[in-house]
Amino acid sequence: MIAVIKRDLLLAVRAGGGFGLGLAFFLIVVVLVPFGVGPEQAILSRIAPGILWVAALLAALLSLDRVFALDFEDGALALLATSPLPLEALAISKAMAHWITTGLPLTIVAPLLGFLLHLDAEAFVYLFGGLLIGTPALSVIGTFGAGLTVGLRRGGLLMSLLVLPLYIPTLIFGAEAVRRGALGLDALVPLAMVGAITAGCVAMLPFATAAVLRMNLR
Amino acid sequence: MSMWKYANPKLFMGWTAPILPWLFGAAFVCLVVSLVWGFFFTPDDYRQGSTVKIIYLHVPSALMAINAWFMMLVASLVWLIRRHHVSALAAKAAAPVGIVMTLIALLTGAIWGQPMWGTYWAWDPRLTSFLILFLFYLGYVALWAAIDDPDTAADLTSVLCIVGSVFALLSRYAVNFWNQGLHQGASLSLDKEENVADVFYLPLLVAIAGFVLLFLALVLLRTRTEIRARRLRALLIKEGRSNA
Repeated sequence: MIAVIKRDLLLAVRAGGGFGLGLAFFLIVVVLVPFGVGPEQAILSRIAPGILWVAALLAALLSLDRVFALDFEDGALALLATSPLPLEALAISKAMAHWITTGLPLTIVAPLLGFLLHLDAEAFVYLFGGLLIGTPALSVIGTFGAGLTVGLRRGGLLMSLLVLPLYIPTLIFGAEAVRRGALGLDALVPLAMVGAITAGCVAMLPFATAAVLRMNLR
Repeated sequence: MSMWKYANPKLFMGWTAPILPWLFGAAFVCLVVSLVWGFFFTPDDYRQGSTVKIIYLHVPSALMAINAWFMMLVASLVWLIRRHHVSALAAKAAAPVGIVMTLIALLTGAIWGQPMWGTYWAWDPRLTSFLILFLFYLGYVALWAAIDDPDTAADLTSVLCIVGSVFALLSRYAVNFWNQGLHQGASLSLDKEENVADVFYLPLLVAIAGFVLLFLALVLLRTRTEIRARRLRALLIKEGRSNA
């Protein structure tokens, strides 16, 4: 498992763009929004939680097509499937590698971008915390979507159609936590729900991912 | 002998052929009776006026939109567990019908919402979860369409249906949390004292029966089409091999 994670991380770093692209995309989406809605501070700080979370979703989505597709093309996935490592463990290591290359950097950078959008000072903790516990769910769900569409030639667009609706619960609770944090309300409940979604996804979805990988490799 | 023998494609074609016209006929009769009864022989509501009559389309279609997904879930499970091809094809056949039901529910809701709530659309939990359900349907159909190999397609869409069901339920309750509702509570339930008034209740029941029958008839018809398409495909493959 650790070897797979290491390998994916090395590939991401050496092939270039692994860490950088997702972050750059995140940055550009967040920068584009003020151009679209105008520079007024009140509006921006009101919509900042939603923008940051939606941008994080899209950035996580963008890097999903490389989770399995490259390995599938060059046959490495078939080799990994025949290795003693169960596919469930492979699924979770892949999700982990995806999280380290996108979710974690996004979480670290998001508070900085919060300044750009005039996010209220009280909300930063909740933004950081929510993303920290929410992005693993995004990676695990996304890995499932990537496994589902790995055999397709033009799976990218289809994958976004399949994966984005699955992101809705995480988005709702994640953005709600930041919003409540900004308003000074009790944000513990939505945060706990984000944590629950992540825990449930991590516990159950790798089985589904492994199942769809087996179907695709048949 | 068990009920599973009816899932044999040949037997399935055999027993569905004679009942299909009856199903369509019964659905037609129920729909005509309920709509005529509902539109012309029930009083206007004292607050909603005649717009209340959209209930005869809105409630049954919404009901069937959810139940169609549920049926797809059951059919997907049957396919994954028992590998009955008819089951997978029935799930495939039900999806477009479910999409149309979802659209009818959303559209009639919008038409009713404009005079009543003053808006076609509100980000109300019920409305939003229906929109999400619609997205799930779209993804499901798109996945079926994208995969060439029919068995792989059936497998993958089944898993998607199961995972999607969990997330659709999750979204249903998550949106409750996110926004307060504008939509009224359930119009019909078995365990409640107060339902819709009796004048509206009876035609509504007939309309629901009509939608259920129509759904069954359409799904059976579409499943039969899928089976024929599958047979045709098998024939073409055989043909191609013998030519080569």
